[in-house]
Amino acid sequence: MTEAVPSYLSPTGQEIVFLLLGAVAVGSALLVVTTKQLVHAALWLVVCFGALAGGYLVLTAEFVAWVQVLIYVGAVVVLMLFGIMLTRAPIGRSADLDSGNRLIAAVVAIATAAILVTVVIDGFRTAYTPLIPGSGAAKELGASVFATWVLPFEALSVLLLAALIGAIVISRTDISAGSPTDQNGSPSPSPDETRTTAHPPPQGTDGTRAPGGSPDKTASDTADDSRPPDQSGGN
Amino acid sequence: MHIVYPAVVSALLFSIGVYGVLARRNTILVLMSVELMLNAVNLNLVAFDVWLGDRLHSGQVLTLFVIVIAAAEVGLGLAIVLALYRNRRTVDIDHLRALAEPTSPTALESSQPRIEIRTPDPVHNGPALFVPEPIAAQDNGGREGEQPVKRDGTR
Repeated sequence: MTEAVPSYLSPTGQEIVFLLLGAVAVGSALLVVTTKQLVHAALWLVVCFGALAGGYLVLTAEFVAWVQVLIYVGAVVVLMLFGIMLTRAPIGRSADLDSGNRLIAAVVAIATAAILVTVVIDGFRTAYTPLIPGSGAAKELGASVFATWVLPFEALSVLLLAALIGAIVISRTDISAGSPTDQNGSPSPSPDETRTTAHPPPQGTDGTRAPGGSPDKTASDTADDSRPPDQSGGN
Repeated sequence: MHIVYPAVVSALLFSIGVYGVLARRNTILVLMSVELMLNAVNLNLVAFDVWLGDRLHSGQVLTLFVIVIAAAEVGLGLAIVLALYRNRRTVDIDHLRALAEPTSPTALESSQPRIEIRTPDPVHNGPALFVPEPIAAQDNGGREGEQPVKRDGTR
């Protein structure tokens, strides 16, 4: 499989298609990490995952491509959009999506890219394989999953169930987050709505802070916030 | 198909994900960048499975497993983010410093007079929370990592 490598200067049609899809994937991934609008980042993520699914199709991994479309584009991005909406993120352009260490992050990312690309090109320059259609179809992959990989498959189903139950337990307010917020929130339930961040300090310096602090916040919060307090608790 | 092409695309995607994890401040954007890194790994797995011609299809089966684990990770991560948002009213990673150690004892001292500034003005409703915050940001941002959050929550 490594002998008789065709030249890089005469790419086949498959390679051209894959490179175009890869360019789309990399470009939209760059837009995901640089765009100023949160919802646009999720939508560019759809483009990136779709281009990657096309790349899987070119690489003859059909079943993986459709699973990618179903789970990533269909479920994960929708879940992210729900997360964006439930955390009341600003819909329009927001300036504070990037943290202060952006320059260091760019340096680290460029160094990572340089090292990885150099090593990969150096190591796999002569690797070549002809693409055989149908080798990644659902029939072959299903036979492989249910013959060789049954035990990891079943363990993975249990893990998925555990993750589902864990997500429900974390999300429910009346079983998990109920008792600590009741401790802090019942004397003054209103700091819970706009600046719940105000009540970790009463926890730490409870003797001095809590008596004076909570009426202050109660007065200010009920004045300027329109939402009822228990709506945020059952959110 | 030269294996270099998918490998290079996957390396670029991975480093873009690294940039996103390091540079983004919103937790959901960090989760998206983690997804980019996982997809880079998936592309590598598929490409090398095709290259090696594995009869057991270990690469593609492992890709399916990674996709399932990524879905579980996103579900749990978003549940954690929502719980965080419910308790703190922010999802900015820079402001969630409650697990950090207090940097110096002077920061503890400096938190005391700020409390005295905050408590006497229950009369002012909105601006009362704005007034002490520049003072808190000036003297030390180390101990009270939650203080900038408060500024954000009121914003």
